[in-house]
Parts: sequence; C-alpha cells; structure tokens
Amino acid sequence: MDGIHDMGGMQGWGTVPFDPTEPAFKKGWEGRAFAMSLLSMNRLTGANLDAMRHALERQPPLEYLRNGYYGRWLLLSETLLTDSGVLAVGAVDARARTLRGEDVTEPPDPELSKPDYTATAPGSLRPVDDPPRFKVGDLVRAKDIHPDGHTRLPRYVRGRIGTVWRIQPSALLPDTNAHFLGENPQHCYGVTFDSKALWGESAESFDLHIDLFDDYLEAAPEEVGS
Amino acid sequence: MSPVPAPSDLPVELRTEALESILVEKGLVDPAVLDKFIKTYAEDVGPLNGAKVVARAWTDPEYKERLLEDGTSAIAEMGFKGPQGECIVVLENTATVHHLVVCTLCSCYPWPVLGLPPSWYKDPAYRSRAVREPRALLGEFGLHLGPEVEIKVYDSSSEVRYMVLPQRPAGTEGLSEEELVPLVTREAMTGVAQAKSPA
Repeated sequence: MDGIHDMGGMQGWGTVPFDPTEPAFKKGWEGRAFAMSLLSMNRLTGANLDAMRHALERQPPLEYLRNGYYGRWLLLSETLLTDSGVLAVGAVDARARTLRGEDVTEPPDPELSKPDYTATAPGSLRPVDDPPRFKVGDLVRAKDIHPDGHTRLPRYVRGRIGTVWRIQPSALLPDTNAHFLGENPQHCYGVTFDSKALWGESAESFDLHIDLFDDYLEAAPEEVGS
Repeated sequence: MSPVPAPSDLPVELRTEALESILVEKGLVDPAVLDKFIKTYAEDVGPLNGAKVVARAWTDPEYKERLLEDGTSAIAEMGFKGPQGECIVVLENTATVHHLVVCTLCSCYPWPVLGLPPSWYKDPAYRSRAVREPRALLGEFGLHLGPEVEIKVYDSSSEVRYMVLPQRPAGTEGLSEEELVPLVTREAMTGVAQAKSPA
C-alpha cells in the first residue's frame, strides 16, 4: 500500500537526531511492548513477520508518526490480536481506563479467528527449483504497480531501470504471505539504481542497492540496453 | 484491508500495561518470559557482537575472506545468529568505496550482530534521506567523505541484512583483536561513521 511507512526520498524531515549513547529501551514500557509484539506475531495469533509489518503500515499516518517506534509496535500487537480474535476491539483501551480507576465495562471476548496458515519452514528463505529469470548484469525495470496490500517494492524505484548486481537467496513473497495467501517462494535480486535515474540529474552521485522479488521486476525494454 | 484499532488518547505506557494485564490474565503471556526477552535484547544481543566480528576480520585475513564471501556462516561461527539474521551480507569499506545501510520501509537491521536499531536509524529523516542525499546526511553525522569516495547505499527491503566492515583505523597496527573491539561502533557498522581512532 502507498502508506506513510514508505519514506524513501520524502523531503522535509530535517536533520537526524543522534545520541550515540542511547540504551536499547529508553523507557520500561518500550521493552514490554517489544516483547509482547514478538509473541503476538506468531505464538499468540498464528500470524507471521510480513503480516506484522503490514500491521505497522495499516496504522493511519498521523498515528504512525505520533506513536514512535515502540508505540507502533504496541499498536501492531493490538492489531494482530484483534484481527485473530484473541482480543476484542477496544479491550486494551477499556482495560487501560479500568487501571486508572474509571468505571468501564470491558468488551466480551470475540470468537477466535486465527489465520488459516502454517509456515512450511522457519524463517523466510525458501528454495526455488527453477533457475533465476535474470542474471548478474541484466537490466531490469521495477514494475510501476500500486498494490492495496503489503509490498516490499517502495515507491521511489517503481518504473525505474536498474542492473542486477547479485542473486540473493530465494524467499517467500511478502505480498502474499502477509495476507496468508501462500508463501509463493521466488527469486530475489539485488538491483543497483543510479541515483540520477531516481532523483534527476542534479542529485548527488551514488549507487542505490535494493533487493527486489521476481514479481516486482520485468526485463528493461531492449532500446535501453543498446 | 481490515480496520486497525481506533486512535487512542490514552498514554502509550498505560496501554502497554493494559495489554500485558489482559494477556497475563488470559494465561497467554508470562511476565517472566517478557523479562527474559527484554534482558536478552537490552544486555546480550548488541553491537558488541558485530564489533567482535569486525575486530577478528581486521586481524585474521582468512576469516575476513570467509566473512565477505558468506557473512551468515562466518558470523554464525562466532556464535551470533537468530531473528533478523537469516542472511547477512557484509560490505567492506575501503579508501574509495563507502557503504551505508538503511531500511526505508520499516527499520530492518541485523539484530544478531548489531542488536535492536537505535533511534536515529528508525527516524523518518534517516529513512527518507539515506536513499536520496547520503553525502549530505553523512556530513551531518560528522562524516565528510572526499569526492574520490564512491557511496553505495543499501535499502534493506528483503530478508537480507547488511553489515558494514569499516576500515581499520590508522595507528592500530600493534593492537590485538581484543584491543580493537572497543573501536568498532554500531555507527561504523551501519556506515554513518568510521571506526574510532585509538585514544
């Protein structure tokens, strides 16, 4: 989806705040939100890493920015738990109000609706029998597609032409796995884009490397290579 | 697309406490297990792991070769593996090539060697600018690269994770592997800094 999470190349954010001494968790709740999110992702809901990332992306832009990193993790945890029927919508808010002394009726437990999904193996890497469609040095174009659901094809490379620099290990496709529509294992390619092909002639000169799944790519038109 | 929880004006600390209270009450979560997760990532899995990998690569040419050829295996040799480390590619900085790692879509980061990502890595300013104006961005981190240095930026969009092997600082020829470890920061292994010079 074309959401707030897809930040590559956006402008207006200013300088990066930098504190080389910060601890892993700056506040106690951050660690607890982190740990509960990891448990929510698979053991408690039967979801997966891609569904977890999509639960981040689905957060409304203002919420996404307002909550900060571990606030987003807390919200994604709640999202996966309500999606799978482990928690009722509104249960966390109601409990929070109860904890601070308000007289609130908590919603009844919903019916469990965990995804009909079992991973075929741990992790995301999966073997693919067919040889890769592209080889190192091939010119490829990132498709200009705008899926409504999860994708790992960021906006800033869509429609742009790059060169395969490396064949990465094949892996399940996040786009389908996030929605429990199958692992759809496929080849993954490290692709290099010239910065000026992405940002115009006045851009800084550098190479941008990004890993793109087979479904995201097409052969570049022949006239480009000649 | 299914709905997400409605925006809440309740403090995030309180909502975290509320979620834990419900999950514990349902018998789904053991607070001691949460404590263990937190301790692991706050104390055990962090950039010290990556620093040990780098210091060994600086002092053991055969290890360095293995590390650049197959980062995942060479890193596992040192005992570092786990979530967000299924495939780790190590990128060697030289006098003429500088690598920088980012994740524009979330904040993917090689946990087994660097731990959890620091705030700057997760900041929208870093995620947006690293792929558009890396030289200007590095300058703001205090890293001013000469025009002869080629910059290569890696956007971690798949399950491949990247770690930078920084250049060994000048004046460290006499130092042992153990003495080199403290010179290697997470910033150096992400590409926003060079390794530190010996004091």
